[in-house]
Amino acid sequence: MNEITSTIQVVPLEYYIFLSVTLFSIGVLGMLLRRNAIIAFMSIELMLNAVNLLMVAFSAFRGDAKGQVFVFFIMVVAAAEVAIGLAILTMIHHNRGSVDINALNKLKW
Amino acid sequence: MNLALLIPVLPLIGFVINGLFGKNISKSTVGLIGSGTILGAFICTAIVFINFVNNGSVATEVKAFDWLVIGDTTLSFSFYVDQLSLIMMSLVTGVGFLIHLYSIGYMHDDENYSRFFAYLNLFVFFMLLLVMADNYLVLFTGWEGVGFCSYLLIGFWYKTPEYNDAAKKAFIMNRIGDLGFILGLFLMFSEFGSLQFTEVFSDASQYSEGNPAILGITILLFIGATGKSAQLPLFTWLPDAMAGPTPVSALIHAATMVTAGIYLIVRSHILFDLAPETMCIIAWVGAITALVAATIAVVQNDIKKVLAYSTVSQLGLIFVALGVGAYTSAMFHLLTHAFFKALLFLGAGSVIHAMSGEQDIRKMGGLKKVLPITHITFVIGCLAISGIPFFSGFFSKDEMLAHVYNDSVPLWIIASGTSALTAFYMFRLYFLTFSNGFRGTEHQKHHLHESPSTMTTPLMVLAVLAAFGGGLGLPMELIGIEHAHFLENFLPGLEDANFDLSHETEIFLMLGAVALAVGSWLFAKKIYKENQTIPSDNVTGIQKLFAGKYFLDEIYEKAIIRPFQLLGNALYIFIEERLIDPVVNAFGTLSIKKGNFVKQLQQGNTGFYIFGIVAGVVLILVANYLIWFR
Amino acid sequence: MLAYVFYLLSAISIGSALMMVFSKNPVHSVLYLIATFFSIAAHFIILNADFLAIVQIIVYTGAIMVLFLYVIMLLNLNKESEVSKPTLVRVAAAVSGGLLFLVMIASFKESVDLQIIDVPDGLGSVKNLGKVLFSEYLLPFEATSVLFLSAMAGAVLLAKKK
Repeated sequence: MNEITSTIQVVPLEYYIFLSVTLFSIGVLGMLLRRNAIIAFMSIELMLNAVNLLMVAFSAFRGDAKGQVFVFFIMVVAAAEVAIGLAILTMIHHNRGSVDINALNKLKW
Repeated sequence: MNLALLIPVLPLIGFVINGLFGKNISKSTVGLIGSGTILGAFICTAIVFINFVNNGSVATEVKAFDWLVIGDTTLSFSFYVDQLSLIMMSLVTGVGFLIHLYSIGYMHDDENYSRFFAYLNLFVFFMLLLVMADNYLVLFTGWEGVGFCSYLLIGFWYKTPEYNDAAKKAFIMNRIGDLGFILGLFLMFSEFGSLQFTEVFSDASQYSEGNPAILGITILLFIGATGKSAQLPLFTWLPDAMAGPTPVSALIHAATMVTAGIYLIVRSHILFDLAPETMCIIAWVGAITALVAATIAVVQNDIKKVLAYSTVSQLGLIFVALGVGAYTSAMFHLLTHAFFKALLFLGAGSVIHAMSGEQDIRKMGGLKKVLPITHITFVIGCLAISGIPFFSGFFSKDEMLAHVYNDSVPLWIIASGTSALTAFYMFRLYFLTFSNGFRGTEHQKHHLHESPSTMTTPLMVLAVLAAFGGGLGLPMELIGIEHAHFLENFLPGLEDANFDLSHETEIFLMLGAVALAVGSWLFAKKIYKENQTIPSDNVTGIQKLFAGKYFLDEIYEKAIIRPFQLLGNALYIFIEERLIDPVVNAFGTLSIKKGNFVKQLQQGNTGFYIFGIVAGVVLILVANYLIWFR
Repeated sequence: MLAYVFYLLSAISIGSALMMVFSKNPVHSVLYLIATFFSIAAHFIILNADFLAIVQIIVYTGAIMVLFLYVIMLLNLNKESEVSKPTLVRVAAAVSGGLLFLVMIASFKESVDLQIIDVPDGLGSVKNLGKVLFSEYLLPFEATSVLFLSAMAGAVLLAKKK
């Protein structure tokens, strides 16, 4: 491990930021493009992971454990959120027959 | 001196108690509180009076609190105890108490008993403020207050629309006078820098006669007095004010409120002495008013209307006396008039009470036997007002006429003519009401009864005052005793300086006036008692002018009220409907239109919402980037 | 050498992510996402966050993605019946996503170089993480247990058949 950690300077921080931003944008794209609610939900997970990656990268480059602790909590929240979100989606499918986003348009003016 | 502060506070307490809790306490308690507070105020006045005289008759100022502090000037709420205010205070509380006592019996069957007493107490409070004031501002407060209470009391039976109209008319005409008063106050303040009596009067004595500022102030103050004391052209409210209950007419429109204008002028006599033109105007306005009112009274058939026009006429005579500078005589006649006019009004109330509400004298008659006490007191009142010798009216009126003769003979002719007419119409009223046979319905005849003692006792007290009140100003010098005129000795500085009639001329004038009065009496007796003429409904000739009240109401209606209404209507159409309404409505329509447009955003499409979120975030980031990094 | 590892892992991540977004079959999307998660776990390892990497694999891929898979199977979505969105929307979405990407890249171009500090040994180890977690962040840690409790109760309540 130690060798790995000490040679981390080889990959500059900007590369990690770039990667994280890319993953985040892909997640946003997925949310906007897909009509299936579950795929949209998965895109959210992708976005959260991109953020996790960023925080861990900073934690490694700054030597601070707090970043990883924060990632820990993000994972906790993501797990809870997925549980509830999928339960809601199941209910919607039960009520409306499909999980299409455009089928959820009852809140019209 | 704190006792002086208690005098107006007692009626105020009565007002609060009767006003707030009157419905919950018994009628007798309401009457007790209402009259008791006035009696208390009267006793306090008497004590203050005695203290005042014992301490050498020094005018004192009693301060309640600082009211307005503007920069360097302070207008304080304070009272002024001197001879003039003490006399007025005694009059207001004394006669007021008698009338409260009378009202206990008169208003007994009314359901709004407590409200009546509350209003009466409030009125006495404001009137006391008026007469006890130390500066013009407090006087004006009382002035406005009595006008307001007059409105409340005239329109007391508010369920009848005509009574409300009469109340509004009274208040509005008073207001027109008040405008003159306020302008006078402004002018006074800008000229003297203060509104306090002592300061203004001491400053004014430096001025010379004919100063235009003083002229303006006095004319404006007189306009105020015209409104309040019902002189031409603002007197048409007083006959209409008879719509109120009779005790109200007695208290307000005979003895107290209408005397406020006279009190104002007597109090400000230093200013008026410096403006001879105003005095001339006052005298002539008073004279014309007196004559006009007397002629109208001759053809009136309502018992209260006759007395109302009689009040206007008598007040006109007092203004004539003021106009020639006879202040003491004016105060004297004010006092005696308060006595006998209140007596006459209360007597009329007793008659109306007995006649179950009938007020037309053509339907009365022969009440002499049924209402003995009322009859005797009414006779005394009539004798007093006509100036029959040795009653109070004789002394005061003759003194006034003598001073008027001294100043200008035409005025004297008008005043004497008015006095003759006064005797005529008063005895016409008397004979038609009390003599010959009863002309009313059987139903009324059954209900004829003398009034209860709460009503007759004040009548008797007032009758005594009307009969012997002349003692306040016996012209002792005519029989050789100089300086024995009580009022003249008591009120400092108010004598008529120009009086130089010889005693013989005075006695001549006196005999002439008595002859006129007795002649009118006999003339009336002949027409109405012996020939038993009853005034008919059709009037011809000049009587039509009198009966139509000189058509003044109609003139006012067409010349003043109509143009205002037309103006109001025009402004309503042009400005309100065409200008303001569209603008205000436009705001509403604009909101609706924009709302319609914006609500299209709420399509319910979740995908669109997500896009909205992302678009918003992107926008913020882009904007942030552009701001921070460029 | 490490650089190449990094490039490879990044390629896997981005490629899987793109495939996840554009795949027609939902089950395929789930599998691609799992691949992405694995690559991110590998990133964690080279970034000295070994505990987090294991947690990522266990929690994310092991629990969350399995949950997704269950729901997709439950809702019988393996056949693709989704109509794609109109072109305007797709263009707008592409534009927004692209703009977001551009802005973030551009903004970090202006950033200042960070001082790279010497990393202490065992930064991401369980022992170190546990020390920080249970001393400074004790309250949030306990609060998350309450969070899980409420999530459990909520999920049970929502999915209950009446």
